Amino acid sequence: MADPQASASSNHGAGEQVELENLRSGLSGEPPAISPRRGGAKSQLSASLVDAVVAGALAAALGFFFIGLRSDIAPGGLALTQRWGALVIAVAIVFVGRLLLNLFVYKRRRSAPPKARAPKATTSRGETYARFSKAIAPVLLLVALAFPFLMIWGAPQQSRQYIDLSILILTYVMLGWGLNIVVGLAGLLDLGYVAFYAVGAYSFALLAKYLGLGFWTCLPLAGILAACWGMILGFPVLRLRGDYLAIVTLAFGEIIRVILLNWSNFTGGPNGISGVPKPTLFGYEFKSGAGGVADLLGIHYSPIQRFIFLYYIILVLALLTNFVTLRLRRLPIGRAWEALREDEIACRSLGINTTNTKLTAFATGAMFGGFAGSFFATRQGFISPESFTFLESAIILAIVVLGGLGSQIGVVIASVVMIGGIELLRNLTFLKAIFGPDFDPTQYRMLIFGLAMVVIMVWKPRGLVSSRSPTAIYKRKTRIGADMVAQGEGH
Amino acid sequence: MSDTSHYPVWERDPVLTVEHLTMRFGGLVAVNDLSFNVGRGEITALIGPNGAGKTTVFNCVTGFYKPTEGRIVMRHGKAGKADDIAALTRGGRQSATSADGALFLLERMTDFRISHHAKVARTFQNIRLFGGMTTLENLLVAQHNRLMVASGFTIGGIFNLPGYRRAREAAMEKAIGWLRQVNLLHRADDPAADLPYGDQRRLEIARAMCTDPHLLCLDEPAAGLNPRESAELNDLLHYIRRECGTSILLIEHDMGVVMEISDHIVVLDYGVKISDGTAFEVRNDPSVIAAYLGVEDTEVEQVEAVLEAEVQA
Repeated sequence: MADPQASASSNHGAGEQVELENLRSGLSGEPPAISPRRGGAKSQLSASLVDAVVAGALAAALGFFFIGLRSDIAPGGLALTQRWGALVIAVAIVFVGRLLLNLFVYKRRRSAPPKARAPKATTSRGETYARFSKAIAPVLLLVALAFPFLMIWGAPQQSRQYIDLSILILTYVMLGWGLNIVVGLAGLLDLGYVAFYAVGAYSFALLAKYLGLGFWTCLPLAGILAACWGMILGFPVLRLRGDYLAIVTLAFGEIIRVILLNWSNFTGGPNGISGVPKPTLFGYEFKSGAGGVADLLGIHYSPIQRFIFLYYIILVLALLTNFVTLRLRRLPIGRAWEALREDEIACRSLGINTTNTKLTAFATGAMFGGFAGSFFATRQGFISPESFTFLESAIILAIVVLGGLGSQIGVVIASVVMIGGIELLRNLTFLKAIFGPDFDPTQYRMLIFGLAMVVIMVWKPRGLVSSRSPTAIYKRKTRIGADMVAQGEGH
Repeated sequence: MSDTSHYPVWERDPVLTVEHLTMRFGGLVAVNDLSFNVGRGEITALIGPNGAGKTTVFNCVTGFYKPTEGRIVMRHGKAGKADDIAALTRGGRQSATSADGALFLLERMTDFRISHHAKVARTFQNIRLFGGMTTLENLLVAQHNRLMVASGFTIGGIFNLPGYRRAREAAMEKAIGWLRQVNLLHRADDPAADLPYGDQRRLEIARAMCTDPHLLCLDEPAAGLNPRESAELNDLLHYIRRECGTSILLIEHDMGVVMEISDHIVVLDYGVKISDGTAFEVRNDPSVIAAYLGVEDTEVEQVEAVLEAEVQA
């Protein structure tokens, strides 16, 4: 599913390649007028070889200290071991890999004539995409609705683990959708979104601890409180632009965490708050024995019932987020958010109060973060400031960016891949058979995670689903390629 | 009051009055003690060589700059007696509404309030469309404030109440009407960034008109247009003045356009007004000719003498 952006970027890449090649041939003294096509396979091969040798030399220079030498702690100081074999292997891998890439990947790109982007094709592809997404949405919804029972029926042994994982994924989907309002629609880069998640979680935990309120009472309260915090943050911050906005939101996220950490006699400090109440079903708890939901329904009690219940709560919350976002996009406020992302000055010239518009985006996003936070608290039963570090913000932002700014389905795909993928790495025990018994795949999680992000950003720089669908239609539905959609502040 | 019917419209019934406008950027005086009127229902052109301060005047009028000194009065309806303006100026308020209209002191208002309340819309020299949104959406964004009220500030809109639905239909109709007017209806569902340059110019004017302005400020609307597109633009501006009764203030370099459509021309040079009058008057004003074309060495003294005499008069 190549989109115009991808083809545009590859054109760009090809152009750069050609330019680089011209430069290189110019430097090596060849007449620059030589046509690359007439140069034939021979010059292609030699150019590739030269390039691969350069790459190998670079790898050797870089790896000289990093791979070739190894220092270990030994009695009386450090012991230096030399590992030239490993260095040679590394350089060989780089050389061969670069050569293969040059011969088989870059060559094809270079020889393909740069195609002009045809708007007609975009439209028809847009229509297919629209039809595809229209068909896929109900299917995904059905799968999501039936998921716990599919699990119990299909994999009874691991069902609890998988349902738990899907609850985690759905939490991130909801957080991603909430942040998408701020970053994707309004185009305000928020690096401290986890602050609202923390406000939601702590609102519930503290209300439950000090006032004895239950989950369903606290859920809306947590949302409202988080939205208020969004506005409190928004007032001073939203007059900033671009990078400054990002930095201040980042700081705000940290401030909330540090306060939670240090206000020990109220928030419990680093010890957190435990014993957060579980959600009830119309006042009935999920427990064994009389008075529980299982007893009420006359079925056998099993701990998995509580997981299924949690799963449906977060599913409903996430779908609510999605519904409201999709609805808001078609309302004047949502259109103003997107207009704000496109051009703030033009918005002001049309009489839109940009401060209020930004504030509503911040508050709406924060509210959903608060809902998710209070769900997180009830699912864990225990919260501490450690759950709300900057890494959390970064993951949520990565989900939104990888999914494609402003795209709802992209966020789902990105969360499944990122959260589910990382968790599944824990189960890759078969890798031990290949790399030896010492190999622990979980230690490479972050490496693979980072690699995957780099790959996606190279392959699809504007996220997995990068086109935008219009909110008002005169005759025909089109999709707007990402190359035309602005990204807003601080990107 | 004495009989004023022989005065030009901009003296008799101005929609916008700029008085003693001065804008300094540090030590640079971009606009120096500039006063002029924009007549109601007229097309007024602000011209001058590059760097004369035309866009600065625009930015002051539309609130994007806060003028260093001066008063900018916008009148709705018949309001605007000298005492009312003086009273409003003495008080701290931004606007005053009376039975026959409303008065706004634009130098006290921020940009979006000027567009929303004082009904002054503008376009930009470097076109500022919402490129990733369709042309239709661009025109809907322009009707934001009315739709926000109709949607009960979003609450009613979420539940799709009938009042909002009606307002949405009306907004769509208006947007489609304007798209038809600027010959862009066939591109209604295309992103604005995809349109050719001339179409983008017309779309920006249509978008500004969707805010129902009393005064439309156009910053070089004909820049980069070919002769056919220029002619279309003239027709569009005439249509706006005739059918919508909107007064137009425009900056333009294309003298063909300026001389043909303007009722009133104000000429700026180095931030100072050097001429003010009808197209005919301005065209024959020696100071304008001197500013635009320069003068022969032999004529310098003669022209200077004429200018000197004018200043004295």
